[in-house]
Amino acid sequence: MSPGTATPLDRQTIRAARRQLALDGLGIIVSAAGFGFVYGLTARTAGHFSPVEAMAMSLIAFGGAAQFAAIGYVASGLAWPAIGLLTFLLNARHVLYSAALAPWFRGRSVAERALAAHLLTDESFALAVAHFRRLGRFDPIGYWYPAIVTTLIPWNLATLAGVTLGDAIVEPSRFGIDVIFPAAMAGLAVGLIGGRREIVAALAGGAIGVVASLAISPTIGIIAGGVLGPLVGLLVPSTARGDVGPGEAALPNLEDVSP
Amino acid sequence: MSTDLVPLAVLMFAVTYPSRAIGLLNPAIDRLPRRALEYLQLVGPAVLAALAAVNVMVATADGRSVFVAGLPWVSVLACLAIVAWRRNLFLGLAAAVVIAIAGRAAGLP
Repeated sequence: MSPGTATPLDRQTIRAARRQLALDGLGIIVSAAGFGFVYGLTARTAGHFSPVEAMAMSLIAFGGAAQFAAIGYVASGLAWPAIGLLTFLLNARHVLYSAALAPWFRGRSVAERALAAHLLTDESFALAVAHFRRLGRFDPIGYWYPAIVTTLIPWNLATLAGVTLGDAIVEPSRFGIDVIFPAAMAGLAVGLIGGRREIVAALAGGAIGVVASLAISPTIGIIAGGVLGPLVGLLVPSTARGDVGPGEAALPNLEDVSP
Repeated sequence: MSTDLVPLAVLMFAVTYPSRAIGLLNPAIDRLPRRALEYLQLVGPAVLAALAAVNVMVATADGRSVFVAGLPWVSVLACLAIVAWRRNLFLGLAAAVVIAIAGRAAGLP
């Protein structure tokens, strides 16, 4: 089969995968909007950020947890170099995401990969990798839809809403907004599980994360869970349906197939 | 309107972007051994699980991290169960939020 000559069956497979991606993306839109709204609200009320400052964070830094942490750092008067160092540590997990995505982006242009890097988040990573695994290869929509439509846009619109309208909402937790982020992370992890290895890696990552958070700090805990959890997972023999690696399935050129 | 913190946003970008780009822009990643690629496939579940678990089980008070148990556990577990059962994240998140709202209305922590 040559690239760009998709058979009807292949198109069906791709469309089914994209439908699943779109459906999962709806959940992420809700999550990004809820989380972004709380960020805007907190930036305004706790950090006294102006709308321009809050929006600059969401567009330029574009890192949910790091942005939340920055509110606390600014409010407590922490020096900017220290904020930079803590932000670097908190976002260090992206090294793992970036390395895990790289094989799927093999052959894509430098400009595309450079832009993709800025839009790399927990959500875009999880949705994209789950989609690529379903297909067994790269699909541009599989990255740009989660990165832009389900994350970047709702996150920024919700930040704007939170920072400008948020004073009216006194207790976001009454509306369940505080559980959206952890529930989304847990749900996204389930989407990446295809066998015992992933289950063990996830359980180990969670357990190590909590223990290290209690012993040292939540930032270190998350990184420790992300680094050590997969090592524990590798101790288990692979049994997964989801172990299709990049380029291991013969599917058509996905740019030629509309959703 | 203040713009004093815009340079801080640029600084945060400058320290975050290298982490995001190092794998995607480094061609050597293609030559990784199979074992390393298998490791990278497990990164997603591990990091996301760590984020979720730390978020609901650990709270920071007076600079100290403490273990917490409460309603968010139930919400997250419900979301997990629904996503595993129906493969529908939207439904799982909706259930998590409904449980949180109902539980707090009932006075649960």
